[in-house]
Amino acid sequence: MTTTTIPITRLVSVELRKMFSTRSGFWLLVSIAVLTLVAAASVVVLAPDSDVTYESFTRASGFPMSLILPIIAILAVTSEWSQRSGLTTFTLVPSRGRVIGAKAIATLLVGVGSVALAFLVGAFGNVIGSALAGVDTVWNISVTMALQLVLFNLIGMLIGFTIGVVLRSSAAAIVGYFVASFVLPGVLLLLAQVRPWFEELQPWVDWNETQVALLEGAMDSAQEWAMLGSTTMIWIVVPLAVGLLTLRRSEVT
Amino acid sequence: MITVDSLTRRYAGFTAVDDVSFTAEPGRVTGFLGPNGAGKSTTMRVMVGLTAPTSGSATIDGVRFTALPNPGREVGVLLDASAQHAGRTGRETLTIASDTMGLPRARVDEMIELVSLTPGEAKRRVRNYSLGMRQRLGIATALLGDPRVLILDEPANGLDPAGIRWMRDLLTDFAGRGGTVLLSSHLLHEIEVIADDLVVIGHGRIVASGSKDELLATAGTLARSSAPLDLVRALEHAGIPSAVAGDGAVRSDADPARVGAVALAAGIALTELRSAEGAGLEDMFLSLTADTQREGAVA
Repeated sequence: MTTTTIPITRLVSVELRKMFSTRSGFWLLVSIAVLTLVAAASVVVLAPDSDVTYESFTRASGFPMSLILPIIAILAVTSEWSQRSGLTTFTLVPSRGRVIGAKAIATLLVGVGSVALAFLVGAFGNVIGSALAGVDTVWNISVTMALQLVLFNLIGMLIGFTIGVVLRSSAAAIVGYFVASFVLPGVLLLLAQVRPWFEELQPWVDWNETQVALLEGAMDSAQEWAMLGSTTMIWIVVPLAVGLLTLRRSEVT
Repeated sequence: MITVDSLTRRYAGFTAVDDVSFTAEPGRVTGFLGPNGAGKSTTMRVMVGLTAPTSGSATIDGVRFTALPNPGREVGVLLDASAQHAGRTGRETLTIASDTMGLPRARVDEMIELVSLTPGEAKRRVRNYSLGMRQRLGIATALLGDPRVLILDEPANGLDPAGIRWMRDLLTDFAGRGGTVLLSSHLLHEIEVIADDLVVIGHGRIVASGSKDELLATAGTLARSSAPLDLVRALEHAGIPSAVAGDGAVRSDADPARVGAVALAAGIALTELRSAEGAGLEDMFLSLTADTQREGAVA
């Protein structure tokens, strides 16, 4: 036989295609496009003149993405189980590690591409918006801020991806993601208030805390980066490693 | 060629496949038979690397499936036609498989045509497919990489009579060109018509295997009489074990001449006496798996 091993680049492009060729994937993509434009337009309509800046437009157009991208990351993994398509996927590519690796790379590419889109829409919005409002066009996003915004979205997607790998069920993972991003911060905050020993620990555990700092582009101290390292370890690295181990042995039924 | 060697798969406190060995030869269609829960699907899942064996091995031309560089090009697999993403179109499902294997896109259209899905149907999402259409799509996926081995679990399920006929011709043709086909089915008639070799499994163990002609030939004698129980007693008296089937037919391992002589001596009038050769796969299947059937002994 002259067959050669399937290259990882091919797996990545297949996984990229799979993310958007389902009905749910298609509509998630459409909703990103529509909401991004709506959000940018809302800045023109609602924001006071002083806020007609590149930062406002980019943040506004990036906001819907930050909610939808993690769901795309979750479904990329869980649909193989919930939709049972893994039966075909893992017979065509028996090495599950390579498939999941390709999914991870595809997820990151989508993240970077989407944030680039947010910057682009933000730029158009800024030019048009400032002209409409009759104010000077303000380009107020620094490279550091931009990079932190990229990181913010990638971490959100990786959290979704990790929950997907651990739970391997679309419904459970989406619920799990919303619990981890909307319920957990409140619980941890409450815990910090009633248990003094946890107060100092809380920002090292709550990944939403470091996400807020990234979103604002305000990460500048070594301690903040260390906190990000800690939350990434707790919420991504460790669960992902455990999830991958069980995933490789799990039955695809 | 598929070689299964001393394959065992145990789950917590339950042995799904117990020391199973058999081969499926190239150029032949091998039918894999067994009652529900006998271990057919688990055996097939181990073959294609979805389930790890507890011990033993399954190989394709001497190579483990998981060690094949691009398995879809060598082995076509259809384990469950309903295991396809409901939100994708049929064509998209094939395109993804084709891209994964690194095939030209033209192959997708060829397969859609081969399995007789109309262009309109290929554009519909799989959630709107009937089971028969999903089977066709699954067959198309299996054949996409032009493999030399096919592993199909219940492929005729949900197909209409014309579809079953089509599937039969397709597989016969595939084996005729030197391909290896292993298919499981509970549609005994289908297996009887199409299979060259049979592997019968019950409770995770091989109950019988060999060529279909051989297996059906060993079925002994079938006799009918208005008093089947008297006949059984007379045969027992003569030292010939026998059993009454649900329809009153008496089966035994002895040859027809002997059974006839016993009946005559006992004064029992026979209404039918023949070699059970033509009795068919169903009788053989039921008698071979009698103690592993859920419904208890029927043969």
